[in-house]
Amino acid sequence: MKGVAVTGMGIISSIGRDLEETSDSLKSGRSGIDKPNIFQTKHSNILVGEISFSNSELENKLDLERNHTFSRATMLGAYAIKQLLVNMGLTDIPPDTGIISGTSVGGIDMTERYFYDYSKNTENRRFIRAQHPGFSTEMIAEYFGLKGFVSTISTACSSSANAIMMGARMIESGKLKRVIVGGSDCLTKFTLNGFNSLMILSENNCRPFDEDRDGLNLGEAAAYILLEADDCIGDRKVLGRVTGYGNANDAFHQTASSQNGEGAYLAISKALKKAGIKSGDIDYINAHGTGTKNNDLSESIAFQRAFGDEIPPFSSTKAYTGHTLGAAGAVEAVFSLISLQEQKVFPNLNFKSGMKETGLFPVTEPTKMKISNILSNSFGFGGNCTSLIFQKDE
Amino acid sequence: MNRLYVNGISSISPQSEDILETGNIREYQSNIIPALEQDYKSVIKPMMLRRMSNAVKMGLFCSKKAMLDAQLDMPDAIMVGTGQGCLQDTEKFMEAMLTTDEGLLSPTSFIQSTHNTVGGQIALDLKCTGYNMTYTQNSASFESAILDALLQARTESGTQNILAGGVDEVSPAFTGFQELDGQLKQESVKNTDLLGSKTPGSIFSESASFFILSSQETGNSYAELVDVEIINSTEIQKIGERTEDFLQANDLTSSAIDIVILGNNGDSRYDPFYHELQDKLFPDTVQLAYKHLVGENNSVSAYAFWLASKILKENKFPDFIKLNDLNCRKPRKILIYNQYLGKNHGLILLQKL
Repeated sequence: MKGVAVTGMGIISSIGRDLEETSDSLKSGRSGIDKPNIFQTKHSNILVGEISFSNSELENKLDLERNHTFSRATMLGAYAIKQLLVNMGLTDIPPDTGIISGTSVGGIDMTERYFYDYSKNTENRRFIRAQHPGFSTEMIAEYFGLKGFVSTISTACSSSANAIMMGARMIESGKLKRVIVGGSDCLTKFTLNGFNSLMILSENNCRPFDEDRDGLNLGEAAAYILLEADDCIGDRKVLGRVTGYGNANDAFHQTASSQNGEGAYLAISKALKKAGIKSGDIDYINAHGTGTKNNDLSESIAFQRAFGDEIPPFSSTKAYTGHTLGAAGAVEAVFSLISLQEQKVFPNLNFKSGMKETGLFPVTEPTKMKISNILSNSFGFGGNCTSLIFQKDE
Repeated sequence: MNRLYVNGISSISPQSEDILETGNIREYQSNIIPALEQDYKSVIKPMMLRRMSNAVKMGLFCSKKAMLDAQLDMPDAIMVGTGQGCLQDTEKFMEAMLTTDEGLLSPTSFIQSTHNTVGGQIALDLKCTGYNMTYTQNSASFESAILDALLQARTESGTQNILAGGVDEVSPAFTGFQELDGQLKQESVKNTDLLGSKTPGSIFSESASFFILSSQETGNSYAELVDVEIINSTEIQKIGERTEDFLQANDLTSSAIDIVILGNNGDSRYDPFYHELQDKLFPDTVQLAYKHLVGENNSVSAYAFWLASKILKENKFPDFIKLNDLNCRKPRKILIYNQYLGKNHGLILLQKL
């Protein structure tokens, strides 16, 4: 299985405003979790992974017109794709390039800001449509002059992983030659209060896979990768290949994961099958690992079912960035591609002791190792489970 | 390459599902029109029903009816298109959060607010652990879902029966906002007068249409889904050319199309996209419309798909959906074209078996 080539990547998150900063933070174990500075909420004591640009700074960086319709997630998305172009040394994108973006809430930050204002103030009504995820993707497409295939996936926290999967399918089927795939989500009161009402936010830095884990930290991020058909890569460097993908539904509960990790297990199995490799060929797993009691146990059991006694080295990087929801799959795809490039895996921060049910130990130090295949997991509400496999280009 | 057949269909909209047979058109004098109430409790437990938003109820009910129609117990994959997602629960949680100033909140509406709640609830109800995807790309949401279905049917041997559909609901405040930004007509228009309207905006509705798309033809098959195309943005003058490109990719020209189903919604700003195809590409083709019956929403092209499926199976269509005076006794190929606010153009090609 040769897989679909990844030839570009761009990212912005709380641990870096470009690829270099991101890579440095990953290597030095520097977390981006802190109290919010820019994000306005009554719960200002809740720890989050915030990007240090204000909306007006982002507007300036993107040269947006005064009456633009970009929500924060849209701006972060456009910023990350600009980074992708910078990293590839490109000034623009070929107009036949498609885009598939994943986001959980799109521009709901604008709706919560102007909900009571729309009836009185005509000027802000331009943000009414900005609530919708598809509109956000459309604005990003327009910003880069992309007029062809534009689509959006919203499956909660697996959105951007699914966007990568659909993008790979589009290339494999010949429907597209090039497609930008990834996702964007920003901190919003809507999601913060939502997760708070579910009582799954930690008051501390999250501790994925730890016995004493007590919830997740929310974060914001945008990350995109460029997938290209082999016949149009030219002399560009292939950063890695998407060789496997699988999506399954846990069919257990709207928000909670099943005790036997069925959805996760099925997604992993499908991805392995698609890649045409055995479980023993996976060298490292970038886990979903949010730090909630429920997710991490369910995912650990899925590991045991899929890998038996030989579970590969794994870590969750959520303690770096927080859970960036719809963007998480793309963020961790970029981390996985960095791992493939540097032959190094990044640690699961804040881990002390293994959970008593499984006793699994994640990687806790930056570790140099030979890596050919990385499995990356993303799970979301609605039982949505997705696994991607990134392979080193040989 | 596997082919994809439409083996089961179901639809909920502001019109009764037997409208083509009875000709009983419901008239609405309102710019926001709800879907007709269904006998939901016949297939959904009352306790669950109470918590469900219209989108979830409609999606689940329609799915079960489409499966019944196709005599299918369990699909291999579920693909949903919804342009605006679960508006009602999103609005509920938003209002609670704002009125309490981020106070103590019940999580119920939050957990049901995600766009994939419909797909997730269908999976939960059927205990379907297969592939489950939700697309939300404005008026190209349903098109995205069936494009995924087409790709999977062609590439994955394990995916034989796909449940695919489109669903959108209305919600008091959020849909009301669409009046403020000019998506809705500022004056009240009767749905049956919509197509003749000369003012900006349209009327908004809720609807759900779900289908069983299968790699095997059955005695109940309606049609074959041949291809689908999404074009985010194009000028009015180029829509004809883009449509011809799509047909050409399927080795067809415009003359091979027997019926074109168009999304005219009475919005004077954007109906010219449809007029362009009506006047230049398909002047000699039967032209049908449906939004004067069921209104506009972001996944209403799924209703057009339902319409096309029925027409191809039953070889007939009533006068009240005709935009011109032409006729066709045995339609073989139907093209569906839809867009919203001049963007997210979708082309769907179906053919008779």
